Amino acid sequence: MVDASRPVVELFGVARTFPGTPPVEALRPTDLTIADGEYLAIAGPSGSGKSTLLHILGLLDQPTSGVYRLDGVDTEDFNERQLAGFRSSRIGFVFQSFHLLAHRTAVENVMLAEIYRPGSRSQRRERAVTALDNVGLGHRLHSFPTTLSGGERQRVAVARALVGEPSLLLADEPTGNLDSGTSAQMLDLFDQLHRTGITLAVITHDDQVSARAERQIRMMDGRLTEAAGSLS
Amino acid sequence: MSDTGAQESAFSWRDLFSEATIALTTRPARTVLTALGTILGVAALVATLGLAKTAGNQIVSHFDELEATSVVVRPPRGQGRNPNQQDVSAIPFDAGDRLERLNGVVAAGTKSDVSTGHALARSVPLIDPLGQTELQVSVIAASPGLFAAVRTELASGRTFDSGHNDRRDNVAVLGPGAARRLNVTRVDNSPAVFIGDVTLAVIGIIDDVAREPELLNAIIIPDGFARERFGLEAPAEVHIEVDVGAAELIGSQAAIALAPNDPDNLRVSLPSAPRQVRSSVQSDVNALFLVLGAISLLVGAIGIANVTLVSVLERTGEIGLRRALGATRRHVATQFLFESAALGAFAGLLGTSLGILTVVAVSANRDWIPIIDTWLPFVAPILGAVIGLLAGTYPAWKASATEPIAALRSGG
Repeated sequence: MVDASRPVVELFGVARTFPGTPPVEALRPTDLTIADGEYLAIAGPSGSGKSTLLHILGLLDQPTSGVYRLDGVDTEDFNERQLAGFRSSRIGFVFQSFHLLAHRTAVENVMLAEIYRPGSRSQRRERAVTALDNVGLGHRLHSFPTTLSGGERQRVAVARALVGEPSLLLADEPTGNLDSGTSAQMLDLFDQLHRTGITLAVITHDDQVSARAERQIRMMDGRLTEAAGSLS
Repeated sequence: MSDTGAQESAFSWRDLFSEATIALTTRPARTVLTALGTILGVAALVATLGLAKTAGNQIVSHFDELEATSVVVRPPRGQGRNPNQQDVSAIPFDAGDRLERLNGVVAAGTKSDVSTGHALARSVPLIDPLGQTELQVSVIAASPGLFAAVRTELASGRTFDSGHNDRRDNVAVLGPGAARRLNVTRVDNSPAVFIGDVTLAVIGIIDDVAREPELLNAIIIPDGFARERFGLEAPAEVHIEVDVGAAELIGSQAAIALAPNDPDNLRVSLPSAPRQVRSSVQSDVNALFLVLGAISLLVGAIGIANVTLVSVLERTGEIGLRRALGATRRHVATQFLFESAALGAFAGLLGTSLGILTVVAVSANRDWIPIIDTWLPFVAPILGAVIGLLAGTYPAWKASATEPIAALRSGG
């Protein structure tokens, strides 16, 4: 299922330093490769640099040094619009607090994923419906987030991340706001997505969540450590 | 999968429009309250401009007709008032004829008070010891043109003409007050009135005059007869009816036409520009209301800026989400700017409607014809949109500066 010959993410000596006195080295020079179809967990305590890595992987921030290739494309010289375009078409985000817009139905929330994509207006609704079907919410298309359970909301968020088939699904503490039963359902959904060949990177401080991934990475003080037993 | 620059993110106008519409319509009460200041400001401006225009037009149409078409020529003060004085006015008896040759003069005629000594007027030649038949009635000498110059309407009979004047006929036209007092009600039975020992044949009775209301209570006789029997030396004043807009011109020409050798010896009264006085008063009032309107617009703009800023803070999570979904800073700023501009345009539209309704309501109440400049209903909503745009600038910048990471972690 994992195709190591086709890496989705390649980091070569990527570092991120925030200016200040003294400068903060949030991410020390790091090499990381995520293969196509891989299910990766990045775990670590808060302040370890997880979110910095998440932002760089998600193209919300650019490294101060090093090379980041996404789908084999070097993103170093991208301008803001190109970064945004890549973000829109290649990366799906799932957030801890879902970030669903309260006054829109589930299907309208999913459709929002495509408004910054060029030339995608036609059949936007059909694609959103398909994505909701895929996460098992075909029966709640026109429900407002306030009437959905926490697990259902997170599944709407996953559907929104998956619409348009991104190369990489980035989940930031996806189970942080869910009870243990719903968390388990969520992790089952991730397993299911993994089986369909989606490349998945989950960032979490919860070891139980990271244990479900096929490859675990620990982060501490801006450094990555490959956990024993994982690939490569 | 190695294409690069082709996939820049985009935000179509249709999407921008529908996103702004959704944002503004999900909380309609809040939207209206936010826009309230701008609505009232635009309404105040439109109503002020509309009412000024409407009222201005009403006043002009009432005033001008009579005032602006009247020119009066008199000798300098203290001269020619009393025809028995040696001090004779420079106005010639043919003043009417001379002036009517000027382009712009509709009618012109002289008017002079006639001293009858102490002779009283009566309508029967008998002296009735039981009833009061002798009355003090003023006698006015006129040239034939005066009747047209003061816009005389006759109740019966006719006015005298230049023939009567030249022949020095003893005819008279009675003002309605004088006719009533002298018990003359009709002219077809050839009534006569007597002033002392002078007999006058009544040939007409006036119904009304537009100017010089003293004619209404007077016995009006031709100049020629007044010269012969009452010793009138010269006319006391000349009344001229001019075309609309010709008053200034005739004012400058009349004195020369009447007294070519000594034009400075005549006093010309033009319509004393009451219009200018009024319009300056009105423009003060207008300026005050416009300033009030501008202030409420400013308050309205601050209101929009304030609420938009609050909503930027409230929607931090949404902003982060949009950035994650592929929005650039510019897309986020554009969206907030568009929302506040749309809000301003909506407020402008509503305010314009309110303002026009006010103008119509006030006009209906005062029986005026509502008049509104045609550009006003188009410019006012644009003004609202511009205000919204300006008010949204800072919040939009603030929104675009939101860090997506922090925004996404903020919850909500």
